[in-house]
Order: sequence, then structure tokens, then C-alpha cells
Amino acid sequence: MSTELVLLAVLMFAATYPSRAVGLLTPGLDRLPKQAFDYLQLVGPAVLSAIAAVNVMVVTDEAGSPSFHVGVEWLAVLGCLAITAWRKNLLLGLVVAVGLVALARATGLAAMPG
Amino acid sequence: MTERPPDLTPSGHRNGEATDGEATDGDTASLEASRRRLLIEALGIAVSAVGFGFVYGLSAREAGFSPIEAVVMSLIVFAGAAQFAAVGYVASGLAWPGVVLLTFLLNARHLLYSAALAPWLRDVPFWRRAVIAHLLTDEAFALSIGHFRRVGRTDERGYWIAAIASTFIPWNLATLAGALLGAQIPDPARFGIDIIFPAAMIGLAVGLVTGRRELVAGIVGAGVGVVVALLAGPSIGIVAGGVVGPAVGLLVPEVTARESAPLGTPASAERYSMPGTHLRSGAVPPDASTPPDEGAP
Repeated sequence: MSTELVLLAVLMFAATYPSRAVGLLTPGLDRLPKQAFDYLQLVGPAVLSAIAAVNVMVVTDEAGSPSFHVGVEWLAVLGCLAITAWRKNLLLGLVVAVGLVALARATGLAAMPG
Repeated sequence: MTERPPDLTPSGHRNGEATDGEATDGDTASLEASRRRLLIEALGIAVSAVGFGFVYGLSAREAGFSPIEAVVMSLIVFAGAAQFAAVGYVASGLAWPGVVLLTFLLNARHLLYSAALAPWLRDVPFWRRAVIAHLLTDEAFALSIGHFRRVGRTDERGYWIAAIASTFIPWNLATLAGALLGAQIPDPARFGIDIIFPAAMIGLAVGLVTGRRELVAGIVGAGVGVVVALLAGPSIGIVAGGVVGPAVGLLVPEVTARESAPLGTPASAERYSMPGTHLRSGAVPPDASTPPDEGAP
């Protein structure tokens, strides 16, 4: 069984861990000015929405070129957003999103990804 | 940091241990209610982690990873988006330095998470913070910072619930299952599993929007992310959205931000602040001491 890519995983860890650790392990980094702290508190909504939006709106072809994508995935994610905001229940939102996409694909209303 | 007002619960740790005993009955009830909510949210994320981890395991196998390689990557990299990207990079033959550089860019947002969590966890022993850092994901950050803000203090146990129960265990078990069994399941996209990850991300973002600044940051982050992703690639787009969104969010004047963060204790009435820090006169609304209904399951 191949283990060649374990080394790649170690290198990826080395590229990831410092970003996770430097704020938590560097003394004094928590004593940030108020503006910086306010900024950091806004990072969560910004990054998470960016991940969601990029994930459903941007697809890359085999050559790695990105392109704009419109599909039932938008509806599913917006449905999850609405249900989570309305019912404060992420699990329900996820079930609805998955159900929407599965139904659309099963009935041929939406194409399969990639 | 500024002086901590005497009526506020401190960070919740003494010598690295949670000091629940110092909390008042109201604080304890609020903490338990918030932990129950955290567990419910963690369950939703665990479902996402299982689906996403399974699809990752399957994708990795299809890209030529052995089960050991797929599982080791989940254990020591433990960054879903970067791992998925790596599968694509490896499959497309991208050289390893390129994979590592793109991994760094994609995961650079964790620096901001880490710095945002640092004030809450500064009393936790160094070695435990080192472990906490390895488990710091989008999901762990969103769940734990939301929990800390609800209760207005640090709750290290809450972090472990957020990080381990919601993602680390389900992600790694599902990776193993996907790598070993996934090939026997025809086309998991038919079941909509691929939508779980973005839906979970937007659901978590909703939980962090408690005022106009967060709303603006989220909308701008998404918009900038998509535009930059189309121009420079998804990894760069996500980082750009995460950097520009908060900057634009800060342009919303504080007086019109209409912050309505769940307020479980007077300490958490301080918008985006650690207990006792940045206290502004008049910032505590009249009902600040009332546990929020939405915090209870």
C-alpha cells in the first residue's frame, strides 16, 4: 500500500499548523487594539460566507480554470440559510438542503456535478 | 486589556481548569443551556463532517490515494477544503511545492481565527493550546466563539465539544469509511452529499451574524470571494473574502450597527468583547441579564 503521499500530508500540516497556532501560542497577540479585535470578530461571517459562496458559485474545469456556476445548489444553500436563520436549527437546514439537491438531481431538474 | 469590572465572571479558568464553581446559579444555567445548544449545533456539523469526510475519502481513493494516505492526511492536516483541493491538485499533477503553497493560502484564515480565540483561551496551559490549535477548523471556531459569546466567558469543555465531537472524530472515521467502502457506493452526489459542506458553512455564518457589521462582512466576503475566485482561483477568493469582508463591515458606524448578540450574562453584553474588556458606558441593554430564549433548546 502506497505511503508516498504521507510526506505531502506532513508538508501540508507544516503549512497549516502555524496559521492555527501563532495566535494562540504567541504571548501578547491577544492584547490587540479594539479595532483589530472588532475586525477579527467579523472574520467568521466573512470567511464562512465566502467559502459557501465560492463553493456553489465557482466551479473549476479539468485545467483548473474557474467559471461561474448557476444551479440548484444556490437554492439549497439559500434554503439552509433561511431555515437556520428562522428556526435556529442547522441540522434541519442541512437536511432540507440535501433533500432539495437529491430530489432535483433524481428528477432530472438539476445536473450532476462535474 | 482594560480593567475588568468586578461584577463580571472572569475568563472561567484557574490554573487551566474551568471554574464553574465560581459562577452564579444564573451563570451556570446559562452555561448549561449554551452547552446544550452547542451539542445540538455540533450534531448538525457532525452530519456535515460525516458526509464531507466520506466524500473526501472516496475522492482521495479515486485520485489514487491509498487508504493510509487519505486517513493520515485527515488526521494531521485536518482541513477539509485544503484536503479536497489537494486531491484535485494531486490528480492534476501539480508539483508538491504548489500544493503546499496553496494549502498555506487556503488555510491562512486560521490565523485570524486563532487570534480571535486567543483572548478567550489565554489561561489554558500552553500544551493544551497547542492541541487546541491543531483542532481549529472553521466549524470549531464558529461553534466555540458563538458559545463563548453566549455565556460571556471561556468554556474550554465547550471548545473540545466543538472541535472533537463535531468534526475531528466524525471527519476521520468518515474518511476511513470513504477510503475503504466508498468505491462500493455508486455516485454519492446523487444523494446531495456534496451540498452539505457549503450549506453548513452558510448556516454557521448565520449563527455569527448578530448585527449589521457582521451582515455586511458576510455579504461582502461572499461577493468578493466569488469575484476574486473567478479571477484568481477559489483558494485566493476565499482568503480575499475573509480579509476584505471584515474591513468593509467595520465601516458600519458603531451607533448604527444594531448589535443584538445573544446575551446570557452581563459580561456577554459587551459586543464582541472579552469579559471585562472594552466596556462602553451604556452598552449594556436593559435585558442584558436575561438569558435569551434562543439559547435554550
